[in-house]
Amino acid sequence: MHAIQIVLTCFAVFAMSRAVIRYRRGDMRLLHLALWLLFWTGVVVVALRPETTNLFANWLGVGRGVDTAMYLALLMIFYLLFRSFGKIEDLDRQLTRVVRANALREMEADLAQEKSRDQDSSGPR
Amino acid sequence: MTQRIIVIPAFNEERTIADVVCAAVKIADRVVVVDDGSRDRTGVLAKESGALVVRHAVNRGVGAALGTGIEAAVRLHADAVVTMDADGQHRAEDAARVFDRLAQGDVDFVIGSRMKRGDEPGNMPVHRILFNTIGNILTFMLFGVWVTDSQSGLRGLSHGAARTIELRTNGMESLSEFIKEMKDRHWRFAEVPIKAIYTDYSLSKGQNFFVGVKVAIKLIFRRFFG
Repeated sequence: MHAIQIVLTCFAVFAMSRAVIRYRRGDMRLLHLALWLLFWTGVVVVALRPETTNLFANWLGVGRGVDTAMYLALLMIFYLLFRSFGKIEDLDRQLTRVVRANALREMEADLAQEKSRDQDSSGPR
Repeated sequence: MTQRIIVIPAFNEERTIADVVCAAVKIADRVVVVDDGSRDRTGVLAKESGALVVRHAVNRGVGAALGTGIEAAVRLHADAVVTMDADGQHRAEDAARVFDRLAQGDVDFVIGSRMKRGDEPGNMPVHRILFNTIGNILTFMLFGVWVTDSQSGLRGLSHGAARTIELRTNGMESLSEFIKEMKDRHWRFAEVPIKAIYTDYSLSKGQNFFVGVKVAIKLIFRRFFG
């Protein structure tokens, strides 16, 4: 067995244990737990028996199993990047809304104060 | 009487803001400076010079500041709103021309264009003309409207336009987003030739290549993913 296989297997087991702990604490739904367990089991299978990726690769029409894994990883990274970009934009807009609402509220308070001061100074003595 | 309000977004502009406000108060009923989270004395100087200062607690970008300023102007019952840069590149008399154009009542949106020749010759530096042309082409490709100065900060909005505009981007890209709003909301539109004052200071403040690329990416995102 190669070192990389041991490292990957250990990491996958660790990740699965974290997922189970989070599920038990009620921080994760059963569906998400199942998906994560499936994903990490897949990682263990691929780590211990790399030739299984070739089956998948042949089915997809890509030459080598490792290439398929790379393509999929790249695809996933791009997807996550796109999603985080959208998420940041969302947060950006929300932050602006909060900052704006605050600024305008302060402006109206200032104006009201100004007005009452004007009335005080122009009113009867 | 119509209420004319000038909106000036400002971020760390203590060198120029007082002069800009002093010139602006002469031609408008009210000047609103949006202090966009400046770390210098921009807000204090603007207030001392006669502006109403609206302060963003943190820096949100020129688009966000414009949005806040326009909203403030609407709450102050503006009949016409003109936006101006805080770096001193716009002349008050050009802002007055934009107000006058709006006052004719047949347009909702006016751009003070540095590229349109009026009675005075244009004075834009060559690299600015290049950037601006790229900005115009991109704006046209994304939003389908041709304007001669899509990146001009001197603009006018009628009461109706100011009330309905909805800027979603925060940075420089909002300048092109105005054009999208104009198209989507069927605003009637005109351009007024203006002459910008280019100083080393105002040139150092403007867009550079990297800002331009960032703006372009955000605009494309805005166009296709809302």
